[in-house]
Amino acid sequence: MDENGDIDQSIFPAGLDDNKILEMYKNMSMLRTLDSKLLSMQRQGRAVTYAPSLGEEATQIGSAMAMRANDIFVPNFRQHGVYLVRGMPLDTLIIYWRGFEEGCKIPGDVKGFPYIVPVASQMTHAAGIAFAKKYKKEDAAVVAYVGDGGTSEGDFAEALNYAGVFKSPLVTIIENNQWAISVPRSKQSAAETLAQKGVAAGQKCVQVDGNDVVAVYKVVSEAIANAKDGPTVIECVTYRMSMHTTADDPTKYRDQAEVDLWRTKDPVDRVRKYLSRKALWNPDFEQKMNDEHLKIVDEAVEKAEAFKPDPKSMFENVYSYVPEALQDELDDAVKNNFWQG
Amino acid sequence: MKTNMVGAINNALDLGLQENPNVVLLGEDIGKDGGVFRVTDGLQAKYGESRVMDTPLAESVILGASIGMAMEGLHPVPEIQFAGFMLMGFGQLANHAARYRSRSRGAFEVPMVVRTPISGGVRTLEHHSDSPEALYSHLGGLIVVVPATPYDAKGLMLKSLHMRDPVIFLEPTKLYRLFKQDIPDDAYEVEIGKANLVKNGSDISIITYGTMLGVVNEVVEKKGISADVLDLRTINPLDERAILETTKKTGKVLIVHEAPLGFGPGAEISARIAEKALYDLDAPVMRVASASFPYPFPGYENFYIPNALKISNAIDKLLSM
Repeated sequence: MDENGDIDQSIFPAGLDDNKILEMYKNMSMLRTLDSKLLSMQRQGRAVTYAPSLGEEATQIGSAMAMRANDIFVPNFRQHGVYLVRGMPLDTLIIYWRGFEEGCKIPGDVKGFPYIVPVASQMTHAAGIAFAKKYKKEDAAVVAYVGDGGTSEGDFAEALNYAGVFKSPLVTIIENNQWAISVPRSKQSAAETLAQKGVAAGQKCVQVDGNDVVAVYKVVSEAIANAKDGPTVIECVTYRMSMHTTADDPTKYRDQAEVDLWRTKDPVDRVRKYLSRKALWNPDFEQKMNDEHLKIVDEAVEKAEAFKPDPKSMFENVYSYVPEALQDELDDAVKNNFWQG
Repeated sequence: MKTNMVGAINNALDLGLQENPNVVLLGEDIGKDGGVFRVTDGLQAKYGESRVMDTPLAESVILGASIGMAMEGLHPVPEIQFAGFMLMGFGQLANHAARYRSRSRGAFEVPMVVRTPISGGVRTLEHHSDSPEALYSHLGGLIVVVPATPYDAKGLMLKSLHMRDPVIFLEPTKLYRLFKQDIPDDAYEVEIGKANLVKNGSDISIITYGTMLGVVNEVVEKKGISADVLDLRTINPLDERAILETTKKTGKVLIVHEAPLGFGPGAEISARIAEKALYDLDAPVMRVASASFPYPFPGYENFYIPNALKISNAIDKLLSM
């Protein structure tokens, strides 16, 4: 689907129809609502440093909707849209961004792992999870996310190589948003594409327009269907419209002209154009949908803000049991009321 | 069976593989070759390549993939060929294995046993003789054990395989084939977090573990003194109770380890004694350890590792106070 919402029917993905495209649109819109809420909460001191997803909706929603029920995902720190599609309780997700470990208590049926901050280190876990899926003879693929900067990390290379050797059911999604904080894609690697980094690991490699939700859905679906025969690397070429995190100011390191150019390739606008032509969208629909999404997000925020941390939980979850000496440290804190002051 | 530490660990892994189909062994050269120290010898032939597997030469993914396997229901036992090379995967242990349970408030756990040879005395090349137990213990969240006998090695390994925590299982290279011991053929566990009072005396307490246990025992026997010799076996969590008990009993404490002196395990042990048993002491706590710098080349190692004379002098000094 191009910037005008026109679809090349000759390569239209199997299993996709207008109802599903409408669902994609709703999910992408919901992600924008959630993203802008978390951003404003951070600005108000109600959330910690936050990594916005603005501009990367097609990559996240398209790939997540391509996953089958048993597939499992391994994110970095930006895939809020994947959690959304997979049914993560929003209040739990918000608790993470409010700075509490309880935000990583992901229900089993979400089939996903917690956010990972050290760049690309999650790729090695994904390689191991994919190995385990095959070892247990489960028909499931592991979908792992990494950024353009992450492809420069040793863990990225080690993990791809490992999954290649064991022919593990791993689908690696390089969410290439062109910027690793202030370092542009051109300074990240001399490779012509990031997808080709999979070649050396013996993996199938695909590069796709990461702002085209239909194309992302198609290539990820195919990679998942092929995962039982081995891993695939997919580079989704997208753009980070916002800051890396709330801790940086992109006007300091990139030209507005570049941002303006990418705005014309917006992943949500093009789907809106498509749906509008199909009479599945109008301004009234948009208003109602956004109101509904905002209500859901506000309710989740309210629930998340009602969460009260229990300092004892820090001590009780270090090991599968509380060793005596650690219990002494806990008892000391409780006895002396350190948490009341 | 009468066996050395290599045989004891091999036997424990064999029993572990036998009892739990989710136990898998992975590492460089551990399959056909049986590991560079032959600890996994014969296990691939017995359990197949899917359970005892040679991996690519990449320490970070060996540990990171093990974390993934553990979270997905397996109980991996990665081998890192030498402790020096484990630093390439240190980020995986510190950033993930040590805190995944805590950071998910128990929703995810990382049951795995990371095996690696430690300590020197066998004239290996550089980077092959480090004693990094303090590094891993300092992180918190990782169980760190160092067996000193074949009996303890087997029992601690089986216990580790039954735990839901990441265990850093440090095997002193020098003790691999130093002596044999009669140990039970069947499975048994040695408790983690419990020190072993291997000698019972009254004049002095010597707290040690790993390669230094045998040296300490020899010195004590040769001098004919009445000493408590406490083999820690687990470095983290420390058996604080046993440490304080022996301190109260003799009032004089000597800590002996091969790891470097500065910021070593001895510092932690003596700090705990100072905080909780200062008035039971009749003399300052003393430490005998390797010098406070990285392990030297093998030509210099005998000038570096604590020897019998150094331990003997420290005992004399403490007993004279």
